Amino acid sequence: MLEVSNLACSRGDHRLFCGLNFSLNLGQIMQVQGANGSGKTSLLRTLCGFMMPDEGDIVWRGESIRDLDEDYYAEMLYLGHLNAIKDELSALENLRISAGLSGVVLEEQEAISALRRMGLRGREMLPTKVLSQGQRRRVALARLLVSDAKLWILDEPLTALDVGAVALVQELISEHLAQQGMVIFTTHQPLQVAGIEMRSLTLS
Amino acid sequence: MKKSSMLDLLVLVIRRDLVLAMRRRADVLTTLVFFVMVVSLFPLGVGPELSMLRKMAPGVLWVAALLASMLSLGRLFSADYLDGTLEQMMLAPQSLSMLVLGKMAAHWMVSGLPLVLMAPVLGLQFDMSVQALGVLIVGLLLGTPILSMIGAIGAALTLGLRGGGVLLSLLVLPLCIPVLIFGTGAVEAISSGLSVVSHLSLLGALLVLSFVFTPWVTAQALRISME
Amino acid sequence: MAINWFKYSAPTTFYGLAGKMIPWFAFSAAILFAVGLYIGFFIAPMDAQQGEFYRIIFIHVPASMMSMFLYMVMAGYAALGLIFNTRLSAMMASAIAPTGALFTVVSLWTGALWGKPMWGTWWMWDARMTSELILLFLYLGFIALHASIDEPRRADRAAALLAIVGSVNVPIIYFSVKWWNTLHQGATIKFSGTSMHIAMQQAMFTMLAACWLYAIAVALARVRSIILERERNTVWIAELPEVKQ
Repeated sequence: MLEVSNLACSRGDHRLFCGLNFSLNLGQIMQVQGANGSGKTSLLRTLCGFMMPDEGDIVWRGESIRDLDEDYYAEMLYLGHLNAIKDELSALENLRISAGLSGVVLEEQEAISALRRMGLRGREMLPTKVLSQGQRRRVALARLLVSDAKLWILDEPLTALDVGAVALVQELISEHLAQQGMVIFTTHQPLQVAGIEMRSLTLS
Repeated sequence: MKKSSMLDLLVLVIRRDLVLAMRRRADVLTTLVFFVMVVSLFPLGVGPELSMLRKMAPGVLWVAALLASMLSLGRLFSADYLDGTLEQMMLAPQSLSMLVLGKMAAHWMVSGLPLVLMAPVLGLQFDMSVQALGVLIVGLLLGTPILSMIGAIGAALTLGLRGGGVLLSLLVLPLCIPVLIFGTGAVEAISSGLSVVSHLSLLGALLVLSFVFTPWVTAQALRISME
Repeated sequence: MAINWFKYSAPTTFYGLAGKMIPWFAFSAAILFAVGLYIGFFIAPMDAQQGEFYRIIFIHVPASMMSMFLYMVMAGYAALGLIFNTRLSAMMASAIAPTGALFTVVSLWTGALWGKPMWGTWWMWDARMTSELILLFLYLGFIALHASIDEPRRADRAAALLAIVGSVNVPIIYFSVKWWNTLHQGATIKFSGTSMHIAMQQAMFTMLAACWLYAIAVALARVRSIILERERNTVWIAELPEVKQ
C-alpha cells in the first residue's frame, strides 16, 4: 500500500538520509529508529507531504502522494510532537473539531465515550488548559479512536504518558492493526504490540 | 459516523475561530481600541479646526482601519501554527483553500466588521455628513474583507518569523494601497456631490478578485512556510 | 539548444559561464554610459521650456523603466523557480532585487532633482513618482522577507510567491495611483509637448541600453557570490582557484 523508493531528505544544507527504500502493507507496523537528529521526524513529515524530498517517490495505492493530495490525506492520520488541541476549548470540543476537520461528523455521545476510554471521565467539558500534559496527550490520542484512517503516522506518541496510558495506546494500535490498519512510528520509550511482528527501519 | 461536505467544513472552521475569538476577547478588543486611539491622535496632532478635520476624515479613518487590520493579521495563523492545529488542517481531506477562506471570513467578522461599525461613530467626531458616513461604511464593508484576504497571504508567508508583525505590514501595506485610494476617493466624491459608483464598483471588483485568488495563494504560502 | 539550457541551469556550470560574461557586459555598459551621457549633456539641444535642467531625464527615464522591467524579470525568475523547482532561478531573482531597488532609488532621486527647478519643490506627488515609491516598497519587501527566513529553500519560495503576487498587483496599483492623481488634479512631471529632438532620442536609447548591460553585469556578479555562499559545502566549490588559496 505504501511504497517508498530512493528517498533522500535534507534539512537546510544538511543531508539527513538518502537511498531509503521500504514498503508497508495492511496489518503491518514499522518503527523508525535512529539517534537524535538522524531525520526520524523529517521522514515522518515527508511521508505526510509537508516536506518535499530531495529525491525519490512516496507511493500510496500505486499513485504518488503528490498527485493524490486530499485522497491520501483522507486515509492517513498524523500525530506529531504538538498535540494539535486548542487550550481554550474543552476536550469534547477539540475532539469533535479534529474529527470534523478530517471529514467525520462526530456525535457528542460518540466523542464522550471515546474520551472516557482514554481515561478522561469527568474532564470532557473542562478547557484543556487546566489539564496536565499527560491528559492533554490523551485528548490528542483520542483521535485514534474516532478516525477511520488506514495509515497512522505517529511521532513519539507516548510522550508524557503514564504506564496506564502507554498500555492503552498499545491496545489501540493492536486493534487498529487487527482491522487491517497500518502504523509507522518513532518512540524513545519501549512500545510493544502483542502478537505482531514489529518491523524496524534504522536511519543513520 | 457521517462524512462532512465542503460547506460543513467551511462552517466548522468559521464557528471554531469565532468561538476561540470569543474566549480570548482581549485580542479582539485591543484591535478596536487601537483603531479608536489612532483616529483620536490626528485631531491632537493637527488641531481641532473642523473644516480641516472634515477634509482629512476619510483618509484618517481608512488609514487607521488599514493599520488596525495589519495588527490583527499576525494572529490569523500563528496560534494554530504554534499548537499544531494548522498542520492538521493542512492534512484535511478537503481543499486547504476552503479552510483558509473560512479562517479569513472569521478573521474579518472579528477584526474587520467591528471597525466598520465603529467608523461612523468616529466619523461624527470629524463632522462628516450623513451621506459621507454612508459611503464610508459601504466602502469599509467592501474594503475590510479585501484587507483580511490580502493580509492573509502576508500572514502565511511570515509564519513563525521573528519580527513578524512589522515585516507583515511592510509586505502587505503596498498591496492594499488601491483599496485605500478607492475607499477614500468614494467619500471625497460624495462630499463634492459627484458619483460614487465608479469608486465603489472598483472596490467591488477588487473584492471579487481577492475572493477568487487569495485563498488558493494563501494555501500555497502556507505550504511553503510549513516545509 | 534545449540541452544547453539545462546544463547551464546548474549552478556549477553557470558559475563559470557568468564569470566569463561579466567583463564583456561591464565594459560595454561603461562605454555606452559614457556615450549616452556625452550625447545627453553636450550634444542634445536645450529644451524650449525647461532649459538645461531637463537633461536629468537621460538618467531619470532609463532608471524608471529599468526599475519596472527588472521587477518583471525578477518575478519571471521567481515563477520559474517555483514551477520548475530550479535553485538557480531563485538565486537570479535574489540577485536582481537589489539592482532593481537601486534603479528605483535613482529614479526617485533624479525625479526630485528635476522637480526642484521645475516646481520649486523636491517632491511632487504625481502618479509616476508615487508608483515608483510603491515599487521601492515592493522591492524592499522582497529583500526583507528573503533576509528574514533562515532556511534557504523556504526563503527562496516565500520571496518568489511574494514577487509574483507583487507583479500581479503592480498594474492595479499603477492604475489606482493614476486615478488618485487625476482626482486630486495633481501635477504631472512630463517632458514638454514638443516632439523629441533626434539627439535626445539617441541619448535616451543609449542610456537605456547602458542600464540594461550594467544590470546584467551586476546581476551576474551577484549571482556568482550567491552561488558561492549557497554551495559552500560542496566539493566543486572547494576546487575553484579563487577558493583554493
